[in-house]
Amino acid sequence: MTAPLLEVIGVCKSFPGTQALRDVSFELLPGEVHALMGENGAGKSTLMHIISGVYLPDAGEIRIEGRPVMLRGPRQAQDMGVGMVFQELSLAPGLSIAENVFPNRAPTRLGGAIAWGELYRRTRDLLSPFEINIAPQTLVRDLSVTARQIVEIVKALSLNARILLLDEPTSALPPNEVERLFDVIRRLKARGIGIVYISHRIPEVMNIADRVTVLRDGQKVATHDIAAVTPDRIIEEMVGRKITDLYPERAAEIGAELLRVEGLGRENVFSDISFSLRRGEIVGIAGLMGARRSDLLRALVGAGRIDTGRIFIEGKPARITSPEQAFGLGMAYLPEERKTDGLFLKMPLRQNVSVTSLRDFARMGLMSARKEAAVTRTFVNRLRIRTPDVEQIVGRLSGGNQQKVMFSKWLVRQSKILIIDEPTKGVDVGAKVEIHTLLRELTRQGAGVLFVSSEFPEIIGLADRILIMYEGRIVGEIPGEQATEQSLMLLSSGYRVENQTAGV
Amino acid sequence: MADNAQTPAAALSNKSVPTRPWMRRLKRFIGTRELPLLALILLVVVIMANRNPNFLTIANFRAMAVGFTPTAVIAVGMVILLVSGGFDLSVGAVLALSGTLVARFVLDGMEQVIAVPAVLVIGACIGFVNGFLVTKVNINPLVATLGTLSIARGIAQVMTEGISISGLPASFGRVGGEQLANIPYMVLIMLVIVVIGDLALRHTRFLRQAYYVGSNENAARLSGIAVDRFRILAYMLTAALAALAGVLLASRLMAGTPTAAQGLELQVLAGAVIGGASLTGGEGTVLGAFLGIVFIGIISNVMTMEAVSIFWQQAVTGAILIAAVAFDMLVRRRRV
Repeated sequence: MTAPLLEVIGVCKSFPGTQALRDVSFELLPGEVHALMGENGAGKSTLMHIISGVYLPDAGEIRIEGRPVMLRGPRQAQDMGVGMVFQELSLAPGLSIAENVFPNRAPTRLGGAIAWGELYRRTRDLLSPFEINIAPQTLVRDLSVTARQIVEIVKALSLNARILLLDEPTSALPPNEVERLFDVIRRLKARGIGIVYISHRIPEVMNIADRVTVLRDGQKVATHDIAAVTPDRIIEEMVGRKITDLYPERAAEIGAELLRVEGLGRENVFSDISFSLRRGEIVGIAGLMGARRSDLLRALVGAGRIDTGRIFIEGKPARITSPEQAFGLGMAYLPEERKTDGLFLKMPLRQNVSVTSLRDFARMGLMSARKEAAVTRTFVNRLRIRTPDVEQIVGRLSGGNQQKVMFSKWLVRQSKILIIDEPTKGVDVGAKVEIHTLLRELTRQGAGVLFVSSEFPEIIGLADRILIMYEGRIVGEIPGEQATEQSLMLLSSGYRVENQTAGV
Repeated sequence: MADNAQTPAAALSNKSVPTRPWMRRLKRFIGTRELPLLALILLVVVIMANRNPNFLTIANFRAMAVGFTPTAVIAVGMVILLVSGGFDLSVGAVLALSGTLVARFVLDGMEQVIAVPAVLVIGACIGFVNGFLVTKVNINPLVATLGTLSIARGIAQVMTEGISISGLPASFGRVGGEQLANIPYMVLIMLVIVVIGDLALRHTRFLRQAYYVGSNENAARLSGIAVDRFRILAYMLTAALAALAGVLLASRLMAGTPTAAQGLELQVLAGAVIGGASLTGGEGTVLGAFLGIVFIGIISNVMTMEAVSIFWQQAVTGAILIAAVAFDMLVRRRRV
């Protein structure tokens, strides 16, 4: 048996408030593609970051080619032969391929001038095994996403990487390009390079991986040979957690239609999206990374382009070209990233609440701080926002309280259609239950809620109806009470879809 | 992870805040930039009053106020722009162009009540161009306004062939030369603009948007604020105020000077930043900017009285600017 390239033995890592990894062991052989799977928050990223030297483990050991190592920083991991390709590509778009492959390490002539000819020749040598005929002088911004990904891999290889970490490498690729990347991966295997492959997509893992290790809640569940495991088994192991959260009762009464979308599409992002949302109803959109759920929500509120299709609000056709317009039609939007897209962190609580309805807080063009404070106080009490007073700077509040501020700013407007991206992201369990109850209460008062969540239990517990998205299309619809994590995982990872197309 | 890491700290800081509301309010008031700046200004005044009998005189203060009037008028617009995350280098050039334009118009026989508003409208149009380039064409404000700076200054030079336009009727110099109860009219106008500007930026619904846009542009847009429209209007307001400053200066000098106010944009920016405005947006007040400009004005007055070379004054302004910002960064770093 060949000696493993990389061994992770009994690694633990905790962050304030969470145990991210508990006694995890993992092994990578030369020429192997070893998939790492798990739900969001299962600990995959933390493990990747430990292997690439970003975090030091609290306990446990890492061995590279049999030798125990301490990786204090990505630079050191690189020197030990670990190459990392991140989800967000880290290339400089304005520079050429060659300059990106050899940043700071370009071959130089006497006096430090870059030896361009030599630089291009070496880059060409690195690129040639992958059969991409692109000149090394080409600017990265002119490359397709796939080509960029390959450049990123080549960059890691130029550092003599023998261990390559690929984090969701296909999430940004169009479907027909995935095979091209796999081709590259197969060539790397043939050269004896070991690859750790993180992906949510089960068909891909079944296709490219040799082994798979499943993580759940920071612990390793099992490692399997791909040949000896079924997709259902992997899913079971990924989601096999008890649902401990309590969810409010489902809708008693579903009323008239609030929002209807017909054949909505945006080139290369999503297509043929049709669904409706009714009064009193909560509709959840399930899907994995790259399913384009957030893009769809943004487009609905006029913050993203729409190429085709129609939107109706209460039966009337609506042309939405800007967020102001969407909000004027009774929509509200809570983005996923509350710090960058939702809140004004340096401003006081009351001004964060009034922002959506400045007109209501002004008389003859003058803002009434007193009215802002009074209205904000009612929300502080109603949503139990923990804050010393309404003048508190929002950046000082905890994640859960910040999320409640986001809700407050839209509750002020009494919007009928609430569009919410990850309603409880980064929120502790107590606040989570409060937010779920609040959403139910709002629908009981006649609002409709359309939300995206990466947590299947949340979608199943909260939604009356679930839409499943995969690669920009809606691939299924399940009533909330009939959904299981298994069924959502299957549809979300495109398993059933691809099987069907294969069967046709 | 960031959330998790922050939660305990946030909980702690919540507890450590004083419980009585008036104490918190007092703390917030002392924490502003205006108060220490005001104290510093008073300190300089007290020291100088004892050192030089010519300092604390009506004549000296009047001269000082007249001197920084154009800067202070423009600062009202600039601080609104800075708060909203914008930036305008073209104000000095717009001032010069407006001064020469109004002189030309009046000399050509246009009624002053028409000529002055016309020049303000032209100023606002230049502001519109700035705003349009920044928001719709997406040019960096530094580059866009550097461009309009050169264009405006260039047009002023071409129009006058580099020579000041003089020979204006005496009535044109009334605002710049005459005074009411020992206070020059132009200083009164400046004070009115500063007071209205300060109250408006603090209290009006329209200008509240500046803080939202400057604090977090994405969030502002996703909260329903018409960000681009606001930005364009802020550039228009700033340029219109620069045009007004140009008219006031022309009236005082009784001439339209194409080379007037070279480098004034940097003084306006320095004053606003000393007064607490941030180049990254979201912070600043008109009062702060005004005090910043007063401070710079007093310091150069002091240096003149102490017979320091005029060439040193510019260097000292720069040193004060850096000291003020460095002080602020240090205080802030400790707070976080």
